[in-house]
Amino acid sequence: MSLAQLEIQLVATVVAVACALPGVFLILRRMAMMSDAISHAILPGIVVGFFLTENLASPFLIVAAALTGLLTVGLVEVVERTKLVKEDAAIGLVFPVLFSLGVILIARFAGDVHLDTDAVLLGELAFAPFDRFVLAGWDLGPRSLWVMGGVLLINLIFLTTFYKELKLATFDAGLAAALGFLPGVLHYALMGLVSLTAVSAFDAVGSILVVALMVGPPATAYLLTDRLAVMVGLSAGLGALSAISGYWLAFALDASIAGSMATMAGVWFGVAVLCAPERGVVARYRTRRNQKWRFAEQMLTIHLMQHEDTPQADRETREAHLQEHLGWTPTFAERVVRRSTQRGTIERTNGHLALTPRGRKVAKQALERT
Amino acid sequence: MELLHDLLTNYTLRTVALGAATLGIVGGGLGSYAVLRGQSLLGDAISHAALPGIALAFLLTGSKDPAVLMLGAAGAGVVATLAILGVTETTRVKYDSALALMLSVFFGLGLVLLTYIQRHAGASQAGLDAFLFGQAAALVERDVIIMALLGGIALLAMVLCWKEFKLLAFDRTFGASLGLPMRALDIVLTTLLVIAIVIGLQTVGVVLMSAVIIAPAAAARQWTDRLGWMVGLAALFGALSGAGGAMVSASMANMPTGPTIVLCMGAVVTFSLLGAPNRGLLWQWWRDRRNARRLRRETVLVDLYALALKHGDMQYAHDESALDAMLAWSGGVHVALERLEDDGLVTRTNGHRWRLTDAGVQQAQALADDLHLSLR
Repeated sequence: MSLAQLEIQLVATVVAVACALPGVFLILRRMAMMSDAISHAILPGIVVGFFLTENLASPFLIVAAALTGLLTVGLVEVVERTKLVKEDAAIGLVFPVLFSLGVILIARFAGDVHLDTDAVLLGELAFAPFDRFVLAGWDLGPRSLWVMGGVLLINLIFLTTFYKELKLATFDAGLAAALGFLPGVLHYALMGLVSLTAVSAFDAVGSILVVALMVGPPATAYLLTDRLAVMVGLSAGLGALSAISGYWLAFALDASIAGSMATMAGVWFGVAVLCAPERGVVARYRTRRNQKWRFAEQMLTIHLMQHEDTPQADRETREAHLQEHLGWTPTFAERVVRRSTQRGTIERTNGHLALTPRGRKVAKQALERT
Repeated sequence: MELLHDLLTNYTLRTVALGAATLGIVGGGLGSYAVLRGQSLLGDAISHAALPGIALAFLLTGSKDPAVLMLGAAGAGVVATLAILGVTETTRVKYDSALALMLSVFFGLGLVLLTYIQRHAGASQAGLDAFLFGQAAALVERDVIIMALLGGIALLAMVLCWKEFKLLAFDRTFGASLGLPMRALDIVLTTLLVIAIVIGLQTVGVVLMSAVIIAPAAAARQWTDRLGWMVGLAALFGALSGAGGAMVSASMANMPTGPTIVLCMGAVVTFSLLGAPNRGLLWQWWRDRRNARRLRRETVLVDLYALALKHGDMQYAHDESALDAMLAWSGGVHVALERLEDDGLVTRTNGHRWRLTDAGVQQAQALADDLHLSLR
């Protein structure tokens, strides 16, 4: 693995983690599509900033574009407040118009400078190592690593400082307002962070794939845990995992790194949907199956207990009788009996079934619960 | 005029304008349902998700025939829609997250496939990335015919199932209670939406296609409360801004068609939000102002009446400042008095003092009775 490869993976990881942090709150607050709107709508901000500074790396450009992101949030709110269109339509109206404005600005005025829509939208991580951050003659690594590292740091500081407030405003906005935590201000601060992250990440991964990194890892983490702190940590880890596995996928296919990272974010989500403990498709299928057998076992033990020491006991405890009395098919009855004997709740003596002390306990507990 | 002449004689311009108008009609018509059902952003997800479908169709067939690519796009759109539905129904991930996730992941996959094709299939891929932002200028007559054909079928299906789709949009449970297969209808309508999106991708691209679905419908919604009118108006707005955008972009240098069409649609939406009768913001503002003024006039009249009653003399003239005070100095009393004077309900005596006329007394009495005020 060459140094350039290592640097690309480092940048990718930092971008992914920086995106995952605000992403957690976006998906918990049901505003995931806001990341899509913001990442598109910052385009005119980038273009105008570029005209003014002539430098894609200028901090002024980043601030100008991040402000455009906030403007988008504000505009969506204004349109929505008129109550003339629904919220999703408001989002869908505002960002294409701003994005179109950006594309037209580029087409009309930026024809001969290095700024094209593809670059903004798609990004090219493979070029990251060529743009060095040089300070007083010292080569300090890729510039994007420093930019994204700074953004990651800002996100981390914001998150740790306002963790309690964010948590409260996310899960109980009414209480947060009543306690004077200004959920509105917090909302705009969070949106500001999303814009800042999206703007800084655009030349590494492109603005649309920022969405994948903001939504993918947190959505995956959401399937794995019920605790916010764990979710934040998992999201960061899954972001890094998507970044690195995405890099190697791109390497294998010789294809877009950013696209591969997004694809891997989707793949890990798919894996979580299938295999998550408790909530995954597989886990739920197994739970349901276990419940079926346990229920059958309980039925059997209760049935045996009901007829213990009664005149009919001889007839009722015969294995063949289960089909008649419990409505089980012979194969099902046979399997239930086999499982129950294995678990030590009943025992089989020449065609008759009897409860063990343990089986009697199971039946009693089941009856008490009902 | 020159533009109109061009439109009739210039082949490229005519093709592009016709294509844009077609996608506007179909997108506007079917978009109405998406907007009404709160699925505006589903269009965005479907259009982004079409990208891997286009790339895969090319990769498998090696053909750049628009019909083949559209088929691939439609397939990917349907898969993405089903994935979104599946995720929201089987996991606890919410609708918005599922949308954003599928949108970006499919787009990312599309990008991987596109770059893969670029680097492995050589130059033959040229033209595929036109689907990113659209390349209206490259439309040929055959493309427009395919668009019109597919769009026509989709619109025809919409008209044939009009009643059913209306129920689906407004009262799904009632429809189900009538024994209609609402889930199947839902799938059919969503498939029609996918078709509407797919036929526009070549012209405006995957990124901006969602606006074509949302904007005309959101604009049309402001002008009417009837579904039939809304669908018709949305198609009309879509056609006008599509053709208009195409012509504007053709008449100016360096004006990409897709974004210009979207800006035209944005202008139509803004105009509708502001100016539509009844719902429009200007209309609302004007109605509120008129109501506030009428209310103030009535209040001032009744106040004058109440003062006169207190004095036991209907002809007693009161100072304007007394009326001002009764309205808690909220202003506008003078204007209200002047309007009442114009209507012959009050008259002015020596400058700042006002009294009711006979007509004014009658009117004030009627108002007080209407409101069940006890002024004595």
